[in-house]
Amino acid sequence: MRGAAPLGLVTVAVAATLAVAPRPARADTIAIVGATVYTRPDRKLDDATVVIVDGKITAVGAGVAVPAGATRIDGTGKIVTAGLIEADSSLGLVTVDAEPSANDGAPALDADKVHAAFRVVDAYDADALTIPVARAGGVTSAVAVPRGALVAGQSAWFTLADGVTADDAVAAPAAMHASLGNAASDASGGSRGRAIEMLRALLDDAATYARTRSAYDRNQSRELAADRLDLEALQPVLRGRLPLVVAAESEGDIRAALRLAKQRKLRLAISGGTEAWKVADELARAGVAVILDPTDNLPRRLEAPDVRDDNAAVLAAAGVPVAIATMGDPDAARTIRQLAGNAVADGMPWAQALAALTTVPAALYGVKDRGTVEKGQVADVVVWSGDPLELSSRAEVVIIGGVVQSLVTHQTELFDRYR
Amino acid sequence: MLRSAPGALLVVLVACGSQVRSTATSPPPPDAPKLDLPESWIDPEDDLPHGITRTPADRRAALDNPAATPIVVRGATILTATGAKYAGGVIVLEGGHITYVGKGPVETPAGATVIDGQGKFVTPGIIDAHSHLGVYAAPGAGATSDGNEMVAPVTAQARAEYGYWPQDPQIPRAMAGGVTTALILPGSANLIGGRGFTVQMKPGVTSDDVAFPGAPPTIKMACGENPKRVYGAKGGPQTRMAEYAAFRAAFADAAAYDAKWRGYQRARTAWLAKRARAAELDAAAAAAGKPGRVKVEAAPEPPARDLGKDTLAAVLRGEVLVQIHCYRADELAKMVDIADEYGFQIRSFHHALEAYKVRERLIAHGIAINTWADWWGFKLEAFDGIPENAGLYTESGGRATIHSDSAIGIQRLNQEAAKALASARAAGLVITDDQALRWITANPAWVLGIDDVTGTLEVGKRADVVVWSGDPFSVYSKAEDVVVGGELLYQRGAGRPETDYELGNSAGDRGAEGK
Repeated sequence: MRGAAPLGLVTVAVAATLAVAPRPARADTIAIVGATVYTRPDRKLDDATVVIVDGKITAVGAGVAVPAGATRIDGTGKIVTAGLIEADSSLGLVTVDAEPSANDGAPALDADKVHAAFRVVDAYDADALTIPVARAGGVTSAVAVPRGALVAGQSAWFTLADGVTADDAVAAPAAMHASLGNAASDASGGSRGRAIEMLRALLDDAATYARTRSAYDRNQSRELAADRLDLEALQPVLRGRLPLVVAAESEGDIRAALRLAKQRKLRLAISGGTEAWKVADELARAGVAVILDPTDNLPRRLEAPDVRDDNAAVLAAAGVPVAIATMGDPDAARTIRQLAGNAVADGMPWAQALAALTTVPAALYGVKDRGTVEKGQVADVVVWSGDPLELSSRAEVVIIGGVVQSLVTHQTELFDRYR
Repeated sequence: MLRSAPGALLVVLVACGSQVRSTATSPPPPDAPKLDLPESWIDPEDDLPHGITRTPADRRAALDNPAATPIVVRGATILTATGAKYAGGVIVLEGGHITYVGKGPVETPAGATVIDGQGKFVTPGIIDAHSHLGVYAAPGAGATSDGNEMVAPVTAQARAEYGYWPQDPQIPRAMAGGVTTALILPGSANLIGGRGFTVQMKPGVTSDDVAFPGAPPTIKMACGENPKRVYGAKGGPQTRMAEYAAFRAAFADAAAYDAKWRGYQRARTAWLAKRARAAELDAAAAAAGKPGRVKVEAAPEPPARDLGKDTLAAVLRGEVLVQIHCYRADELAKMVDIADEYGFQIRSFHHALEAYKVRERLIAHGIAINTWADWWGFKLEAFDGIPENAGLYTESGGRATIHSDSAIGIQRLNQEAAKALASARAAGLVITDDQALRWITANPAWVLGIDDVTGTLEVGKRADVVVWSGDPFSVYSKAEDVVVGGELLYQRGAGRPETDYELGNSAGDRGAEGK
């Protein structure tokens, strides 16, 4: 069967086991042998072996012994990287964009502008048919991000492993998500400045709320800028524990977000950022990461006309951590490696482009045990037929949490039916 | 085609009499009757009023460009999209067309720009069979939204050309991605959205500057979710049931309109003969010195002109290339049935994500498909899209293209073709590199009806040519030189042509292209 791991790679006996296991939950001992392994984006080992035991990477290197009884995957001529992470996704939230009944990603289409308490985990559909398609493309984790309004809510990091449920988030909340610019100003009354003002007032009131909870509970508080649950949800943001990801495109909005973060000592990241290249040095100094689509080079927003093809390269060269994502296209998650390849074509070093799909998202969301192929890490690993950023390459084996994943999808089954 | 005069203007000119008629670009011959209408009754400003017969003049218009100076690329790998491939090849472009392609040796024409092709690849210019550049321009705003006339489900009178903004900043970006030609289509809100506009991919001041010379007319139709979403609450169609009824009603009306005009033409021909005979008799009487005049009744009244029905009647007469946005297999088949019922041919289906399910039937009808490498799932009618669609269609003998429908995607159609190729091969389909290249060159040229002049690298074809930094199917390759109609309009490193809108933009000043 076409969707399964190629028989040439996984020994026949194991492939048979995989075929009958409906929900592979048990992590086997696996050895990927003889591959070119990128333990980190900038660290390449030739002819190396990766050993996975109980879901963790236990050894990586040339000449590492294959444990007895391990499932052996031939990595000759293959490239092994950490599984790709989509840092700004709608997987599990939006399954069919045009159908409201299959679109739970934008909670804020009502008059209420602040949805800090909205939790993606409560809306997450781990069985969405879009997820296996992304997984078959080598994407092993995605951060499902809520969108819309001033504050859209709390994202969640899920692996795309078969059998995952909404209770299995790796990080929930992964971050708080807000937006500035045209989208937010529509929600806040017509001026981009008003959106920033409201965000500032909201954070002020969240701090006030934390200081005066008992008065608030006795109904002896002035009116605050949001409901109790929203104010509660903002506390980890105020304490600098939870990242605040601000969707902003224009230089002005990015600078406003930087001011706010400095003043409030927030863990800020920017998403979108078509004009972020103009603020590259400031972003680098503040250690603020940018999540972007490097192919977004159209002057389509009147608020942010200064677009460049090499936004990602300029940012990376300045020392800004750059993550590359579809910015919420659930059907296109598998194309993030193409996006990264385009960033390389426009001047971003290859290792930084791979980092934009692995180590940068992991660091941004504080998930320390994924994103590299190093000893002790959770075994989210992909065996590629070639350069993972190249269009002719395929994900041949996808391992999440030490489990070799099925690559069967809605699409492969349609192909098989109509072949 | 008379591109400068909107219909209403021309009617006025004709009505005002002969002294202003000379300002129209196609004056009637001197012996034409001085009465009401020109002999060609159908839409005098029509692209090709006498059907899609490609004339030598059409071809010359596309192939000859006095502004083109000679260009030679030497030492490149030349992929011709004809099956032929030349390693270390030479291509010579002169006067707007290709005068040599092969392994050489060949002399460099005097004054030629010589491009060193060592390590590089040369392909035909990319052609996108489905774009909304110019009608959905950047910056995206209500002010630049000219692609969907969402007031009625049938707006066959509309034309993408009328909405096309040739200074759209998206245009030079598409050109820098190696695109030299595109079909600009109205959107898919309407069942029949209007005529498409075949353009050369370059900025211009007016649409005349960029119109692809002599390209046949096209029309955009759409079935399925979009029209019913737009019109469900605006008087319908609310369902697919009513959509297909509305298509049939539109074609039935157009057929009746066509019949009415044919009847008028017959009556007018008879009347002209009668009047001529009467004149002869009068002359004979006068010569014989006899008095008397033969009475001739008043000239027959022409039916009212309806520009939309003019276009649909032309569709029924096979004079327009029919381009239909359609996703689901059952709907693709229904549109084929309707075309059969009304006797017109569908040139191609656009998007066509389920074409693979009914490919034998579509291929038997000679219909091409324009699809994506991997778009799917954004609406329910797109939920069964598979990345092997183009591969399966091609393997079965059909003509497929990879189109963009996107101002981002149009900048890297070579990559989209590469993905579709990789998906097909991973699934075990046998697709050659040349076939994949044809997805974005020769096949869309056919869809647009201009494959006799562009889409391949052959002597005598139009000089629409791209020099790539490497294998065009690699994500790392960039278009380095783009030649449109013999003119070298883009060179990587020298920067994209800046549109008027972007002048003064600091990104542009700092080399927005990236190096």
